[in-house]
Amino acid sequence: MSWPLLYAQLVAANHHSTSLGKVWLSALFLFRVLVLVVAAESVWGDEQSDFTCNTLQPGCENVCYDQFFPVSHIRLWCLQLVFVSTPTLLVALHVGHRKHRDKKRLLQASARSSFLSSKNQEEELETLKKRRLPIAGALWWTYACSLVFRVLCEGGFMFALYVVYDGFRMPRLVQCDQWPCPNLVDCYISRPTEKTIFTVFMATTSSICVVLNMAELAYLVAKAVSR
Amino acid sequence: MNWSGLESLLSGVNKYSTAFGRIWLSMVFVFRVMVFVVAAQRVWGDESKDFVCNTRQPGCTNVCYDHIFPISHIRLWALQLIFVTCPSLMVMAHVKYREGKDQKYVALHHGSHLYANPGKKRGGLWWTYLLSLVFKAGFDTSFLYILYRVYHGYDLPRLSKCALDPCPNTVDCFISRPTEKKIFMLFMVISSVLCILMCICEMVYLIGKRISKILTVRHENQRLVFADQHELTEIAPPRSAYRRTDPTLSDSQLSLNKREKVREGTTTTTL
Repeated sequence: MSWPLLYAQLVAANHHSTSLGKVWLSALFLFRVLVLVVAAESVWGDEQSDFTCNTLQPGCENVCYDQFFPVSHIRLWCLQLVFVSTPTLLVALHVGHRKHRDKKRLLQASARSSFLSSKNQEEELETLKKRRLPIAGALWWTYACSLVFRVLCEGGFMFALYVVYDGFRMPRLVQCDQWPCPNLVDCYISRPTEKTIFTVFMATTSSICVVLNMAELAYLVAKAVSR
Repeated sequence: MNWSGLESLLSGVNKYSTAFGRIWLSMVFVFRVMVFVVAAQRVWGDESKDFVCNTRQPGCTNVCYDHIFPISHIRLWALQLIFVTCPSLMVMAHVKYREGKDQKYVALHHGSHLYANPGKKRGGLWWTYLLSLVFKAGFDTSFLYILYRVYHGYDLPRLSKCALDPCPNTVDCFISRPTEKKIFMLFMVISSVLCILMCICEMVYLIGKRISKILTVRHENQRLVFADQHELTEIAPPRSAYRRTDPTLSDSQLSLNKREKVREGTTTTTL
C-alpha cells in the first residue's frame, strides 16, 4: 500500500463527491503528496546524519537530536495526509453498503414478481452499480461528518507542528545541554532555509485545503436547507 | 511480491466479508500497512548506523546493538501484518473450492446449480469465516505479546547500559530517535488493539445473527406444529380475493400498507 494505490482508491471513492470535493482531491495529491514524495523527503533525508554538534562526546548528538526533533516533519505530514484521506474511504464504504442494499432489494423484488426478464434485470443491476447516488439522507450526514473530521485533522496536525517546533521556522543553531553532553553545546541543523520554505509551503497548502473543505461544507448545508 | 501484491490478493475478499470485515480490511491497509511503509520504515532506517556507544572498543557497539534489539520493530510489524492479513485467504480459498464444485455439478446435471450463491456464508463457509476471524485476532494478540516480552514493555529508553563482552566495563549506549520511535510504536500498538476489538465485534455479530436465525426458525416450527396438532380452522382467504386488482401489478405493488408504499416510492433511482 503506498501513495499511488491510495490515490486510486480515493479517485474511485470521489465519484460520489461534489465538484469541490474533486478539486480538493486534486489539490491534495498534486500539491501535497507529490511535493512530499518528490521534494520534501529528499530535503529531510539526511536530517540526522548532517545534524552536527560541537562536541566529540559520544551520545550527545543523538540525545540533542532527539530533544529538538521528537517527531520529524515528514512523518507528521505523512500521518496528516493518511488521516485526511481516510474519511473519503468511509463515505465510499457507505455508498457501497447502500448499493449492496439496493441490489438486494432489486433482486428480491424481481424474484417475487418474475416479470423482469433476465436481460432487463442485468441492465437494472448495471445502472444501479454505475449511477451516482445523490448526497441525501444518511449519506449527507456521513459526508458532512467526513468534512468536519478532515478540517479537524488538518487543524490538529498543523497546530501540533506549530507547538512542537515553536512556529514554522527552522533555526540554524540550537543549543543543548542534555546529559551526556558535557556542558552547553552548539548543534547545527542541516538545510534550515530549505526546510523552512517547505514547511511554509505545506502549511499554506494545508490551509487552502481547509478553506476548500469549509466551502464544501457550507455548500452542502446550503443545498440541504434550500431543499 | 510486495505490499501491493498482497493488497491485490486481498481485494477479492471484500465481496465475502461482512460490513465489519470491510472496515477492518480498510483500517489494516490504510492505517497499518500504509503508515508502516510510508513513515515507520524511514524512522527505523538508520537505526544501526546511528546507534552510538560511549566506547572505542571494536565490536562493543555491535554486540550491544544485538543485545538491545534482538529483532527490529520493523521486522516484527512486517511479519505481523503478513500473518494478520492471510487468514482472509482461507475464506477465498473455500469460496473458490465451492465454485469449482458447483461447476462440476452443473456439467454433470445440465444446468441445475448445487450452490445458488457460493459466497453466502452458510454451512462450512460460516465456520471457515469464523475460524479466520479467530486466527486474525489470535495472531495480532500474540505479536503484541511478543513485542511486549522482547522489549520489556512498550518502552524505548534513550539510554541503555551494556556490559557484555568485549565491552571493557559498563558502557552507555544511545538509540537514535527514541521519541519518534516511541510515538510510532504506540500508534502501531493502538491500531492493533483496535483491529483485535473489531475482530471480536465481528465474531459476536456473526454468532448473534446465527443464534437469532436458529431461534426464529425454531419458533416458526413450533407454531406450525401447534397449528397442525390443534387442527385450527383455515385462515381467511387473502383480501385480494375481495378486491378487484390489476393482474399485471407485481407483488410489491399490491401492498396495502401506505408507509411501505411511501418508503418504496422514495427509493426510486434519481440520476
